[in-house]
Amino acid sequence: MIRLALILVLGLTGMVSAEERSSLWPSVPAATGEPHAEGNEFWRKNHMDMMRHDRDLTMRMGDRQVGASLKACFDCHTVRDDEGHVVTYRDERHFCRSCHDFAAVRVDCFTCHRSTPDGVDEGEAHAMTQAAPAEPGAIAAFLNRLAGQTPMTFAGAMEANR
Amino acid sequence: MKLRISSDARQPPAQKAQNTRAELTRRDLLRSGAAVASLTLAPGVTLMAFGGSQAQAAADADKRWGLLIDVNKCSADCDDCVSACSTENGWKGHGHPETDAQWIRKVTLKNKATGRESSMPVMCQHCEAPPCVDVCPTGASFKRPDGIVLVDKHICIGCRYCMMACPFKARSFVHEPVVDQKSHAPRGQGTVEACTLCIHRVDAGGVPACVEACADAGHQAILFGDLRDPESAISRALLEYPTLALRPDLDLNPGVRYANLG
Repeated sequence: MIRLALILVLGLTGMVSAEERSSLWPSVPAATGEPHAEGNEFWRKNHMDMMRHDRDLTMRMGDRQVGASLKACFDCHTVRDDEGHVVTYRDERHFCRSCHDFAAVRVDCFTCHRSTPDGVDEGEAHAMTQAAPAEPGAIAAFLNRLAGQTPMTFAGAMEANR
Repeated sequence: MKLRISSDARQPPAQKAQNTRAELTRRDLLRSGAAVASLTLAPGVTLMAFGGSQAQAAADADKRWGLLIDVNKCSADCDDCVSACSTENGWKGHGHPETDAQWIRKVTLKNKATGRESSMPVMCQHCEAPPCVDVCPTGASFKRPDGIVLVDKHICIGCRYCMMACPFKARSFVHEPVVDQKSHAPRGQGTVEACTLCIHRVDAGGVPACVEACADAGHQAILFGDLRDPESAISRALLEYPTLALRPDLDLNPGVRYANLG
C-alpha cells in the first residue's frame, strides 16, 4: 500500500515536471515488438553506453548474445515513410534522429553501419548523409514542421512510446 | 559504464589481451542483455540491479581458426570464393582496380623453372604474430583470442600503416562512401578492412563463405577448422601432407596454409 502510494506520488511529481517541458519535445516514433523490460527511460539515458559496451563484447570477444546492438534496435525501431518504405538515417523521421536532431547531435554510426534492417535497399543517397552539410534553413524548416504538429508533452511521448 | 580499450596501447600485446579480458569480465556485470531490474525513484534517479548471465564469449582462446588451401584443387578459371566473399560481406569494386576493396583475390603463380602455373586465393592470413597489429597506432588492428585478425573500425583512423606492414597485401582502404552494408559486416569510408574469416558465421558455428562456395563449386580446395584441435580435419590434413605458409621466412605463423604450392 505504502509502495503504491509512493509510486503514485512520484508519478504525479514526474508528470508535473514533465508538463513544464517544452511542447517541442521530440515525438519518438512508436516501436513494434516487446517493450524494454528496463523501461524506456533507462534506455534513453543509457543506450549509448550499453551499445558501446556490447559492441566491444561482440567485436573483440565474439559474444553475439548481447542485448544492445544497432541490428537489434532496428528489429523494432523502424519508421516507414508515406509510401511504406523504411526510412534511413538520411530521413529526419528516422528513429535515431527523432531525438538526436532535437539534441543537435549527429551520430556517425551510420557511416559504417546500416540504419535499417537487413534487406532494405538503402540507396545511394544514404551515402551522402554524413558528408553533406546541413541545408540552409533546415533548422527553421524543422521547427516549423514541429510547430505544425500537435504538440506532444513529455508524458504524452512516453505514453505513446510505451 | 565508461570503458576504454585503447588506453593501454603501449603495453605488450600479451598484457594488453589480458587486461582487455579482465576488463570485459568486469563489464559483463553491465551486460545489457543480462537481467536488469530498474526502479525509477524520481525523474532522473534510477536504481538499477544487474544480475544473471556471464558472458558466453564465442572467441575461445583454446581454439585457433585456420584455413588449408589445396592449390592443386583450385581451378584457375573459378573465382567463386571471391564472389561469395563479396556477396557475403558486401564489398564491391568502383571501377578503380588500384584502390578497390579486395578482401580475397585469386593469385596466379608461375614456377619460372618449370613454367607450371597454379592459381590460388589469397586473403588475410590471420598471422599469429600479425605485423598489422604491431604497427597500428590506435589499437584498432587486433587479434581475437581465437586467432582471427580484425580491424576495430570505431578507432581506426585510416592511416594505413597496417596495409604497408602486411606482407600479403591483404588489407584494403575504403575510399568511397559506402551504402547498404550488411548488418554483420559494417564498413565505411576512411577505414581499413580485410577478411574477417566470416567471423559472424564462425561465431554462429558455421564456416566462411569462401569455403562454402568452393565446396559448392565441387572443388573442396579450402578446408576450415580449428588448428588447436588435433582431431579436426584441418589438423589431420596438416599432419598428413606437406604444407606451406606464405612468406615462411617472416615467421609469422599464419592461420592460412597452402598445400601443393609451387
